[in-house]
Amino acid sequence: MSERVITFVEALNEALSLEMERDPNVIVMGEDVGVYGGIFGVSKGLLERFGSDRVIDTPISEGGFIGAAIGASAVGLRPVVELMFVDFFGVTMDQIYNQAAKMRYMFGGKIKVCVTIRTTIGGGLSAAAQHSQVLYSIFAHVPGLKAIIPSTPYDAKGLLISAIRDDNPKVFFEHKLLYGVKGPVPKESYTIPFGVADVKREGSDVTVIALAYMVHEALKAAEELAKEGVSVEVIDPRTIVPFDKETVLKSVKKTGRVVIVDEDYDRCGFASWVAAIIADEAFEYLDAPVKRITTPNVPIPFSPTLEREILPNAQKIVKAVRQVVRKI
Amino acid sequence: MSILVPRDKLIEMYSIMVLIRAFEDRAHELFAAGKLPGFVHLYAGEEAVAVGVISNLVKGDYITSTHRGHGHCIAMGCDIKGMMAELYGKRTGICKGKGGSMHIADFEIGMLGANGIVGAGVPLAVGAALALKYRSPGNVAVAFFGDGAMNQGCVMEALNVATIWKLPIVFTVEDNQYAISMRSMAPTKLQPRVATARSFAERAVGFGITAVTVDGMDVLAVYEAAKAAIERARRGEGPSLLDCKTYRYYGHFEGDPMVYRSREEIEEWRKRDPIRLFKERLIRMGVATEHELEALREKALKEVEEAVSRAEEDPYPEPSEAYTDVFTDPYY
Repeated sequence: MSERVITFVEALNEALSLEMERDPNVIVMGEDVGVYGGIFGVSKGLLERFGSDRVIDTPISEGGFIGAAIGASAVGLRPVVELMFVDFFGVTMDQIYNQAAKMRYMFGGKIKVCVTIRTTIGGGLSAAAQHSQVLYSIFAHVPGLKAIIPSTPYDAKGLLISAIRDDNPKVFFEHKLLYGVKGPVPKESYTIPFGVADVKREGSDVTVIALAYMVHEALKAAEELAKEGVSVEVIDPRTIVPFDKETVLKSVKKTGRVVIVDEDYDRCGFASWVAAIIADEAFEYLDAPVKRITTPNVPIPFSPTLEREILPNAQKIVKAVRQVVRKI
Repeated sequence: MSILVPRDKLIEMYSIMVLIRAFEDRAHELFAAGKLPGFVHLYAGEEAVAVGVISNLVKGDYITSTHRGHGHCIAMGCDIKGMMAELYGKRTGICKGKGGSMHIADFEIGMLGANGIVGAGVPLAVGAALALKYRSPGNVAVAFFGDGAMNQGCVMEALNVATIWKLPIVFTVEDNQYAISMRSMAPTKLQPRVATARSFAERAVGFGITAVTVDGMDVLAVYEAAKAAIERARRGEGPSLLDCKTYRYYGHFEGDPMVYRSREEIEEWRKRDPIRLFKERLIRMGVATEHELEALREKALKEVEEAVSRAEEDPYPEPSEAYTDVFTDPYY
């Protein structure tokens, strides 16, 4: 395997590029995706290579252009449309959750809506309440949307290629703190199936489930805990719709202890749902209560000290793991 | 009349108009009889708009529709047995009973869906037009929407996007005089070039979109205006908007007590019934005799009756079908 190391942004850019080369139906649309190359650089160079018919700069009209991407996908194009920050979903959500998510079902399964909506998520940059949320739980809540949340450059490339080829509407969440993260990524094209969790670190005492940037915080915590003799297994579901319940349950049955790390708001979120699944299907294997490390139910504050207070991080994960391993 | 429409075309247009009317009148009765579950919004009175516009479309063209979509579906050629079964929630429905009256679609013939959200089909039509421009120049998309949708943000965004990208699309406003209970012009501020103008065309002009106001009760007037707009779009000259002034005979939804308008007003509009106007004209033009046209109406009634009998007897979906068709792969 090639040990070439590139960044998360470069991996995404390569995925777009490869798929645009492969399939003329793939187009890229969004605010500043063309000349600017995407606000975080994900679509850099695509306009020059593929032209303005396929790399379309849009006005700041998410309802209009995301709706258009959905309509175009329903008649056979494969648009990859960018919602610059997930926080902006409010101005276009009808097109996403009432149109894209439901069209296939409402129309009796006779059509495919294969749009890929790429969006950025996450705090840690003092971007305050309207540019720091993750919100994937909202999208996962609505039947009909797939939700993909990569944590490494390797996963980002393989999952984005899978997403573009998948015949269903999906939202692809990119954590802003991951864009600069480097990792080994093969040059060639490859896919990663949805609904297959990746065990990022094997362990035997506690299962830690984490997504996106939190996978890296969980790995940091695991390193720290290893020094104390606690063996942590870190599971990255990678997609939450579909969700790889089997891998999670298998790990829980092995360790008997679980910490779920979720940067989304605490209330009615991903962590609560996974905790409920574990309670339903692996209760007798648990040696301690399921612990959730989430973002409390407050808007994301601006000041770095306030933001640090509320976001999950390695220290909070270490603390939670220590709590669950003590409870026999 | 400045256009020459072949006789067969005129007869076909009349046949579709009477079929829509027969379908809607029957749906009205069926709803009142408790046969149809859910919400039903009827198109009776507005037939000239759907038929006048859609008669200009060819294979490969697309439309999006509204909650009041039966007329567009029938004009596009949706199977009325499948439509009636869909209204009943039967398994044989055009959408397997999963969509109902507000969500009928048949992509194979270019009907991209009725829609339960006011204005929401318009960005989708823009997307279809974008796909056509890229893949199939010469084909067009038509977005049908009501006067009530004219103040939806997504509609204005769609108008702007369509014009900056010069897309092959015709925006067709069906101003049926009411946005549910509000007079169509009441919630919409316009800056008319002419003091007396009361048209959404005025707003389209602000987007740089060619727009005309059309008598939506006159199917040939609609046909002619749509023809010009659609030909422009086919030539790659960008979007147009048609503001068709029409009238819905039934309530906003079936069961609407219609406290906002008088019986006299409805009667006044019915005097310019689009089917009657067209019938009189066809007779005057010597295209058909009263007897021939009456035979077409009877044929439509019979066809609808057959659809009703079939739908009555058809099975409901199996409960297990609730879990299919969410994704292309199995339920999760």
